[in-house]
Amino acid sequence: MHGSIYTDPAIFADEMERIFYSTWVFVGHESEVPEPNDYVVKSIGPQSVIMTRAKDGSIHLLQNRCAHRGNLVCEAPKGNTLAFRCQYHGWTYANNGDLLGFPYKQGYDGVLDKSNITLGRVPRVESYQGFVFGSFAPDGPSLREHLGAATECLDRLARISPAGEVQLTAGWLKHRVKANWKMLLENETDGYHPQFVHSSIFSVATSGIGALYSENSTALCRDLGNGHTENDLRPEFRRIAEPMGWFGTTAEKVPNYVQAMRDSYGKAAEEIMIDGSPHVMIFPSLFIAEIQLFQIQPLAVDQTVQHVTCMQFKDAADLNRRVLQQTIGSVGPAGFLLADDSEMYERNQRGVAARNPEWVLIARGLNREHTDAEGFTVSNNTDETTLRAIWRHYMTLMDH
Amino acid sequence: MPLTLIEAEAFLYREARLADTHDYDSWEELWTEDAIYWVPAGGDSATDPANNVSVLFDNRSRIGTRVRQLKSGKRHSQNPKSSVCRLISNVELLGEHEGDTVIGATALVVESRDDRTTMWAGRYEYRLRRVADDVRMSFKKVTLVDREHPLNTLSILL
Ligand code: FES
Ligand SMILES: [Fe+2]
Repeated sequence: MHGSIYTDPAIFADEMERIFYSTWVFVGHESEVPEPNDYVVKSIGPQSVIMTRAKDGSIHLLQNRCAHRGNLVCEAPKGNTLAFRCQYHGWTYANNGDLLGFPYKQGYDGVLDKSNITLGRVPRVESYQGFVFGSFAPDGPSLREHLGAATECLDRLARISPAGEVQLTAGWLKHRVKANWKMLLENETDGYHPQFVHSSIFSVATSGIGALYSENSTALCRDLGNGHTENDLRPEFRRIAEPMGWFGTTAEKVPNYVQAMRDSYGKAAEEIMIDGSPHVMIFPSLFIAEIQLFQIQPLAVDQTVQHVTCMQFKDAADLNRRVLQQTIGSVGPAGFLLADDSEMYERNQRGVAARNPEWVLIARGLNREHTDAEGFTVSNNTDETTLRAIWRHYMTLMDH
Repeated sequence: MPLTLIEAEAFLYREARLADTHDYDSWEELWTEDAIYWVPAGGDSATDPANNVSVLFDNRSRIGTRVRQLKSGKRHSQNPKSSVCRLISNVELLGEHEGDTVIGATALVVESRDDRTTMWAGRYEYRLRRVADDVRMSFKKVTLVDREHPLNTLSILL
């Protein structure tokens, strides 16, 4: 790829149009608005959108922009309300976006028809396993078609819960980095860097992570299609063959969870607790790393915010406590891991500003990637098959 | 016996100097064995850390890991180290918690690194304890004014 793809503001503007405002983009999770009339302010790219649950339980994505003269209609980050009232001139909207009324209406008699006016709506809203996505394209592939093979990863994630449900209820860390959003996208699927970038924590604390990304790891990386990619760590977890080994713990440490899993899934529980949770990047901005979830929010060509939370698995209180503590240790602005990843994105951004050599190399593993039994391209976990998958899909979106 | 304001201030200034100068070992020695070092994030994080993500929530063993990581020389986000200088002010005795003296203060920490200067401002809450002839901290909570906003990488000792 040419280095300017990370630094050219015109390319960034084009990406917003052709990717973030055209394809399916992750916005939030249904568990963030559990009750009727709950809302939470989220984003699609640089734009603010309000995710609401209307009285009838349906989920809506509304643009945070008054239809009158464009003021914000919602200032609080979350809450519960039947209606949003713009504070500028008092126009009021239902939580499904319909205009309820405007003050001093004589001034609009014969001028405006209230029933034609709504908040801007993200035209298509769909969920999968409770993960809510929005698309500004009024038509096109369905969310399921877009997710394709990645649906199976979200299914695998859900079954880590004895109730089969993930909840995003632990709040968000927001980490600002001076780097192009694609630096984050690439880093997060890059199995080549952990041994180098994270050697400091591997050298002072016991962690199984290093081994998963070593030269001898049996883990794989996989092109799932449509720009989605996976680092499939199951071969290593199956080699360990210990329930909860994927989480770096043992069944004895989380007895209630293990019992609940056996009650829910019977014999299949052992396999689920050995295979563990997926490590998957859903193009363009949702990254799930076993127990953590990241949303990449591009703000400008060299400015990105990474929103991070931890998974909370329904009916898994003892596991959830550990998931929360492990997440705080690893990720976010002060994380043992992510503080150094963010240092690398930022150095990378400064690096590509130099004009020679012009190209970045993403050839690692071309000599050994191959097609697996299900027809996916796979390779060694440290290979750049994931990056090639991302860029190939990116080119199909950007090329026309 | 509770600490006096003068003793508390002397401790806070010493801690500030050790953090500013990256004297990691001496800084680590200031903690008691039951210590908590906490930087809440936004939302409910500052009131319900058991159910919400924090920017940082270290027990004593994790404080040790943090220091060892910094000392490894391979903590890239502190290699090279930031240049740091902080002002501690508005120090008050706020009461007592299980025998420890509770201290409130405000601080402005200025960090310079690469092409960026970051100001970390916040309200600090300490619990200080007499141990032998010395003073130790069992609790330090840093409530950042920016905690609702996206934060820069935080790899210094706040
Ligand atoms: S801009 Fe919203 S009521 Fe005027
Ligand atoms: Fe990393």
